[in-house]
Amino acid sequence: MEPLEEKQEPNLLIDRRKFFKLLGGGLAVAFVLEDIFALAGESVTPTSALPANQVGAWIHISEDGTISVFTGKVEVGQNIRTSLSQLVAEELHVPLDSIKMIMGDTDLVPYDAGTFGSRSTPQMGTQLRKAAATARQALLDMAAKNWKTDSKTLKTEAGFISDSNGKKISFGQLTQGQQIILPIADQVSLSSSKDWKIAGKTIPKVNGRSFITGSHKYVSDMKLPEMLHGKILRAPSYEAKLVDVDLAAAKAMAGVIVVQEGDFVGVAASTVHLAEKALQSIKAKWEESEQPSRSEIFDYLVKNARNGKKEANADIVQSMASAELKHSAKYNIDYIAHVPLEPRAGLAQWTDGKLTVWTGTQRPFGVKQDLVNALNLPPDKVRVIMPDTGSGYGGKHSAEAALEAARLAKAAKKPVKVVWTRKEEFTWAYFRPAGVIEVNAGFKKDGSINAWKFDNYNSGNAGINTQYRIANQQNSYIPSKTPLKQGSYRGLASTANVFARESHIADMARMVDIDQLEFRLKNTDNDRLKAVLTAAAKSFNWSSKPPAGRGYGIACGFEKGGYVATCAEVEVLANKSVKIIRLTEAFECGAIVNPHHLENQILGGIVQGLGGALFEAIDFEKGKILNPSLSAYRVPRFKDMPKIEMVMLNRTDLPSAGAGEAPIVGVAPAIRNAILDATGTGLTVLPLLPTGKLA
Amino acid sequence: MRLNINGKAHEVAVEAGVDLLSVLRDYLDLTGSKYGCGEGSCGACTVHIDGKPVRSCVIPAASVTRKSITTIEGLEVNGSLHTVQQAFLKADPFQCSYCASGMIMSAAALLKTNPSPSEEEIITAMNGNICRCGTYPNIIKAIQLASANK
Ligand code: FES
Ligand code: FES
Repeated sequence: MEPLEEKQEPNLLIDRRKFFKLLGGGLAVAFVLEDIFALAGESVTPTSALPANQVGAWIHISEDGTISVFTGKVEVGQNIRTSLSQLVAEELHVPLDSIKMIMGDTDLVPYDAGTFGSRSTPQMGTQLRKAAATARQALLDMAAKNWKTDSKTLKTEAGFISDSNGKKISFGQLTQGQQIILPIADQVSLSSSKDWKIAGKTIPKVNGRSFITGSHKYVSDMKLPEMLHGKILRAPSYEAKLVDVDLAAAKAMAGVIVVQEGDFVGVAASTVHLAEKALQSIKAKWEESEQPSRSEIFDYLVKNARNGKKEANADIVQSMASAELKHSAKYNIDYIAHVPLEPRAGLAQWTDGKLTVWTGTQRPFGVKQDLVNALNLPPDKVRVIMPDTGSGYGGKHSAEAALEAARLAKAAKKPVKVVWTRKEEFTWAYFRPAGVIEVNAGFKKDGSINAWKFDNYNSGNAGINTQYRIANQQNSYIPSKTPLKQGSYRGLASTANVFARESHIADMARMVDIDQLEFRLKNTDNDRLKAVLTAAAKSFNWSSKPPAGRGYGIACGFEKGGYVATCAEVEVLANKSVKIIRLTEAFECGAIVNPHHLENQILGGIVQGLGGALFEAIDFEKGKILNPSLSAYRVPRFKDMPKIEMVMLNRTDLPSAGAGEAPIVGVAPAIRNAILDATGTGLTVLPLLPTGKLA
Repeated sequence: MRLNINGKAHEVAVEAGVDLLSVLRDYLDLTGSKYGCGEGSCGACTVHIDGKPVRSCVIPAASVTRKSITTIEGLEVNGSLHTVQQAFLKADPFQCSYCASGMIMSAAALLKTNPSPSEEEIITAMNGNICRCGTYPNIIKAIQLASANK
């Protein structure tokens, strides 16, 4: 599976009657194609696709002053419920607590491709700001008309419009008895982030209390009347085919529903315990097939490269041949798992032929489409709802648990919930791709780079292009055959690509005896990159000399509008074990919407990066995962934390970009380069230290 | 069997061998305690048994019938938040918050026995709790805030 691309859903439906029936009267602002306003009639149904540069978003101001914001984006811990509320409150001039966010419900919100790629803030944030600004202007115009005055003499504050004499009316009162839909004005002027009062500030999670009291219902916590618990029969290894299955014992158990559709076999019962017992009673015969193991994976990926490696072009060959110095290396990157703390869960209910599924996914509309396809249903017969979920990190794009629950619920004629075990999550979800990256560089003694050839087998394209000034370069991604299911990950392939590139650059700097930081600054013209490098180095005190036995490393990258530089200090002990002493990361992604939540996301990226850098790796043999548990697959814990320092550069002159991805990329190469500095050894594998020690 | 949870007696019909976490979540709808691993490795299911932090996913419900069990739902007293919850609400440490209940239960147990723990002591006491979103440094700060507010 390739990192997922955006697909455009053909229909964007706004049914005016339904909309106001649901919400009551008031003023709505939506992205709609303009010609629909020319249509007479009650029901407004634009059927053409949303232009690629637009995202769907609706804002509704009800008569009681509640502001409902509809977005297909979902909350997986990145705190966009809060940051998007802040942006709307800021533009609309309303108190933050008057805003209700309706997120990721495919029956209520406009189509959205999904919450990934750090696009929520730049795209959805901007769109919602425009919608809110459009609404505010419309309200001003309405009040001006009522009061027979010029709207420029009026002002909006905290949900009210007032004139200079102190006459006041609330937004809700103003819209009373009306049903107005307005298109989002593309040219509407937005507030300047320099003047922000609500946005740009540290505000705690808007629904924070529900989490610290345990009252928030994640999908795995949900319960419907008569609900059954589902369990699925799993194959003993990947690609195994079901040859024979004996369901008699399970079917004989009271209160147990058994479903078989091809290789899909599942049971549902009133308790998890009973469902498990029923599952255990099933005797299945599987035909297993030959599958590669981890010990051979890197050769396998190179051997099975689909299009073969591209030969160097003439310029590269020539500049490589004439280079004063050359450096070649091969970097091997293991598969790793997302391990969201909440495993996949789906709760399905069929009512009068319509399927409703609650599931934790970053792509509610994608999951809806998958259900429509798999179950052969008309799109209006499927609704997917996504409550705030126990994280994703790019790992919850797929529909497995939702579909399993839907199949069982259909047969059971009762709601069914399927919650994956940790082992299932480790085995049947998907992984960050493994990869092999070959890098060949030709450069001069003064540190300038003439030739660069970078070949990535299997792990992907993201972050493959360099930020360095290199006369001749060729970066290619060579898809291969993957024995494990692979997919999107935080930062996609850039964790791998940046690791290989920044490791290589550090080696080259060392070969010509130039400081790692200086070498990078010398070879880039990108001012935003230089700014984060300089900021990180300054805060880290890069120019100091590391104490004996220690080393410093630095790495940088850019991803999805975010620029990052990371410095690391490591200590190598006499027994060769390595301790990460501290990390300093500077990050810039335009104007900051909520400093605390941004810092949280950077921190999250750094800590997840630590796991992938140091010890996370999926071990597998002959189509079986060997470490499918949290006791066998090590993730970062409290004790693994070095001292972490974050420097956020606030560029109020630039649009806000997301922070879900870039912060992770610098961690592994910075640590690797610090080990290089301390020992002279340049590691070429990820994870760097699966045993905690250098070999 | 009869379980004493959050100061209330609950009568539940449960097969032998079912773990306490499943009983809390599936039979009693006390879903504040979370499943993260089912093997005692992540701390998401932490509850207090007679005041001590315990991983409810690895103990049979039948083994605690005579004990006093407190879950995250029982930490609030008369609608007012426990000091640890107050501190966590204020410090806003989490991302997805799936680890929150377990973190708060472990932290509350720690502060009960050691009201002013050092950073080292916090790290040692909390090391069995995983936050996959990586908010550890924030959680340490929240615990320190709770400790200062005591
Ligand atoms: S679920 Fe009990 S420790 Fe992980
Ligand atoms: S905040 Fe997501 S697991 Fe801790």
